[in-house]
Amino acid sequence: MSSLKFDVAVIGGGPAGLAAALSARTAGAKDVLVIERDRELGGILQQCIHNGFGLHRFHEELTGPTYSGRFIRQVKADAGITVWEDTLVLEVRNDKTIWAINPQQGLIGITAKAVVFAMGCRERTRGAIRIPGLRPAGIFTAGAAQRMVNMEGYITGKKIVVLGSGDIGLIMARRMTLEGAKVQAVVELLPYSNGLTRNVVQCLEDFGIPLHLSHTVSFIHGKDKITGVTVAAVDQDRNIIPGTEFELDCDCLLLSVGLIPENELSRGIVDLDGLTSGPTVNQYRQTSYDGFFAAGNVVHVHDLVDFVSEEGDIAGKFAALYAQGKLPTATNVVAVKAGQGIRTVVPQRISWPDSSGKVRLFMRAQEPAVRVKLKIAAGEDVLVERQLPIARPGEMIVVDVPFDKIPDCTQEISVTLQAVQGGGLRE
Amino acid sequence: MSAESTDVVIIGGGIVGSAIARELSRYQLAVILLEAETDVAMGTSKANSAILHAGFDAKPGTWKGKLNVRGNHLYHQLWQDLSLDVDWMGSLVVAKDDAEQATIEELLARGNQNGVPNLEILSADQLLEREPNLATDVTGALWAPSAGVVCPFGAVFGFIENAIRNGVTLLRECPVQGIVIDNGRVVGVVTPHGVIRARFIINAAGIQADAVARMAGDNSFTIHPRKGEYILFDKTVRQLVNTVIFPTPSKVSKGILVSPTVHGNLFIGPDAEDVADKDDVSTTAAGMERVINGARRIVPQLPLAAAITEFSGLRAASGDGDFILRESETAKGLIHAAGIQSPGFTAAPAIAEVIADILREAGLALIEKAEFNPVNPPRRVFREMSWQERAEIVARDPLFGRVICRCETVTEGEIVATIHSPCGAVTVDGVKRRTRAGTGRCQGGFCGPRVTAIISRELGIPVTAVRKDGIHSFLFSDKLPGVCEVSTDEQP
Repeated sequence: MSSLKFDVAVIGGGPAGLAAALSARTAGAKDVLVIERDRELGGILQQCIHNGFGLHRFHEELTGPTYSGRFIRQVKADAGITVWEDTLVLEVRNDKTIWAINPQQGLIGITAKAVVFAMGCRERTRGAIRIPGLRPAGIFTAGAAQRMVNMEGYITGKKIVVLGSGDIGLIMARRMTLEGAKVQAVVELLPYSNGLTRNVVQCLEDFGIPLHLSHTVSFIHGKDKITGVTVAAVDQDRNIIPGTEFELDCDCLLLSVGLIPENELSRGIVDLDGLTSGPTVNQYRQTSYDGFFAAGNVVHVHDLVDFVSEEGDIAGKFAALYAQGKLPTATNVVAVKAGQGIRTVVPQRISWPDSSGKVRLFMRAQEPAVRVKLKIAAGEDVLVERQLPIARPGEMIVVDVPFDKIPDCTQEISVTLQAVQGGGLRE
Repeated sequence: MSAESTDVVIIGGGIVGSAIARELSRYQLAVILLEAETDVAMGTSKANSAILHAGFDAKPGTWKGKLNVRGNHLYHQLWQDLSLDVDWMGSLVVAKDDAEQATIEELLARGNQNGVPNLEILSADQLLEREPNLATDVTGALWAPSAGVVCPFGAVFGFIENAIRNGVTLLRECPVQGIVIDNGRVVGVVTPHGVIRARFIINAAGIQADAVARMAGDNSFTIHPRKGEYILFDKTVRQLVNTVIFPTPSKVSKGILVSPTVHGNLFIGPDAEDVADKDDVSTTAAGMERVINGARRIVPQLPLAAAITEFSGLRAASGDGDFILRESETAKGLIHAAGIQSPGFTAAPAIAEVIADILREAGLALIEKAEFNPVNPPRRVFREMSWQERAEIVARDPLFGRVICRCETVTEGEIVATIHSPCGAVTVDGVKRRTRAGTGRCQGGFCGPRVTAIISRELGIPVTAVRKDGIHSFLFSDKLPGVCEVSTDEQP
């Protein structure tokens, strides 16, 4: 059992963790540790062999492994960053002791001056949404199937139904088609897709794959191996409309029914936001507990990896400053709240003093709408107002607020989305 | 295998067949247990409430009345010997009005008659002090401290592995296709591997026990499948109740309960619905609704968002409601252990004693063997180890340093060990039921492919031959020529 000390320990070697490690070094951390549970760095990007990553950060369209490769090379070239792969963190204590384990080193105890949580997220399962029916083989979360197809070289089926039209579901519909499978349909409970518009077009429309909006899978058939599903239309309250059922044959059902930030290690140390399921953070991505930072999908599920990395940059930099004793203690804190029309907003609070110059807010709309006005205000004091031609829950709204505009007071800042003339809900 | 000959063939690898196999392994006998599926514990023993009932429910004088209390008593001795997961947390039967209050008084009297130890009626105040999350309109409860919860498939593995260690042969994927009768007496069973000659056949085929009886020309009973649905919750909501909570029972069912599991989850269920099809273990929207509404009567605040899986099981109900434990009148040498519905799981070790007695009376000499070892070696469960033990085991076996299932902290070392145990796992769900890999909140989303790779490597079969659970439940097909990267022989 070894015992080691680091300035900054980063839990998770995906896009958030890698960016955090690099930025922590740039900000002066002497020794940084990255702990990755998988056999290699890169996180879920390694199985995302489609392109479209890095448009914001690198101004090119990269594949997932290419995008992560740029970070992995830098991390591995930096002698100040230690990487442990194939290593699982068993416990994090609030004194910043971390217990981890791997086959080479055995059980390892480390202490860090600052910790960055970057564990990403996991997929919701069939059980969480209570799909009735039998329990045969052939039901996979889209991400698990993606790993098998893209990294291991096996396919999960040849006749496929996808439930859920989030980005992963859309991309897997295309991927399985390219592997020669017949994708019978993508079925979506909501009246709209939660995926990026470009993915609806490039993954479904371009391949003629039907998308059944306001529908769900109401029954799974097949005892040993799935033989088909019953699909049914749902009403506004998402209840099945009797008589609308139809059957689709399949040997595989892929579930893309939502992602949940993976906070099993952080739960109990830091406060979690009930809506994002991630820790509440300030503009430095500092959590509610001193010296613990968080970045990426562990905070809130992003649509674009570029923003994940950006959040990693922020968390890593301020974790390094904290470790060096250079992050001043907060003198004042203001809450940021999701108001009308907005479901979530990150960060959930802003602290003084600030050294970031501007605060970038990430927001998700409650429902799809056209011609809306986004308003960020502290009481009567409007900080930012912006007209949006369209707002969709699947596409994060990103707005920078210059820090000097934010009044140094305790009045909470609220974010709202309201229809302007001729606008409103899209459906 | 066609020339196989044995003293006793047991048909069915559920809790009853396994407990009988283990009981018979005490004696100088050749015993073969036949299981039609890929693994033991695949039928009723897989999907049930996993309660070791105290024994106040059954009518005095019935098999159920006699064997429930005896079985519960035996488990209090057996659980450590067999290395079973049991928590003796006790049970409550909750009443909500005068009529129900009268019923729990009746249960108290019946329980005392059956010999259930330390039963007690609690007042509403006493009850709410112990269980603050119950509905506030409860009027009282029957407290039975001798009840417990068990890992149901774990118990089957405990019995069968001990039986195998003591000389019993287990044949899986070996369905019985016929029974050979000579002169009114059974002489063997027909299987896909040929005829196995046997002097005695024990029918512990669960939901299929009537079909097995018919193969021997015995039409004396029928098994009616009665389905029950369950919802299982994440460990984060375990603290909602402290013990097994039953509603006051109706004539047909013990009702929908709210109970912790032995591994720290929480479940609600079952409902009771007669079904025609013995393969119908589907969950239904209506069934889940019934279960949720029933459970809300007792515990109003149910954290539905924390549900991680749903399943249903079939009770093997017989016509007259009691266990059928007797030699067939039509086919001598065929002994029925049938109609085993609740409290069959609890009664199983006592049923095994009764079956041994029936065999003895039917003329089989039961001579104890000196080398019988009643004890299973303790399992090495990483999750339950101290930090010191963890450090030591990884130092000895590096595979215990690789965590395959994050939700339940299951290591590669445990998975490899369970594949190579006496009744080793051969499927992904077989690994799950033995180690808990894949039972957590991600339900195998992360670890499923890795468990597949380990099974492929350890059993020396291609990834495409690895099955989820049932005989035809293959998971993957080939995409490209090549080998699964994680399934290479590479050792740390």
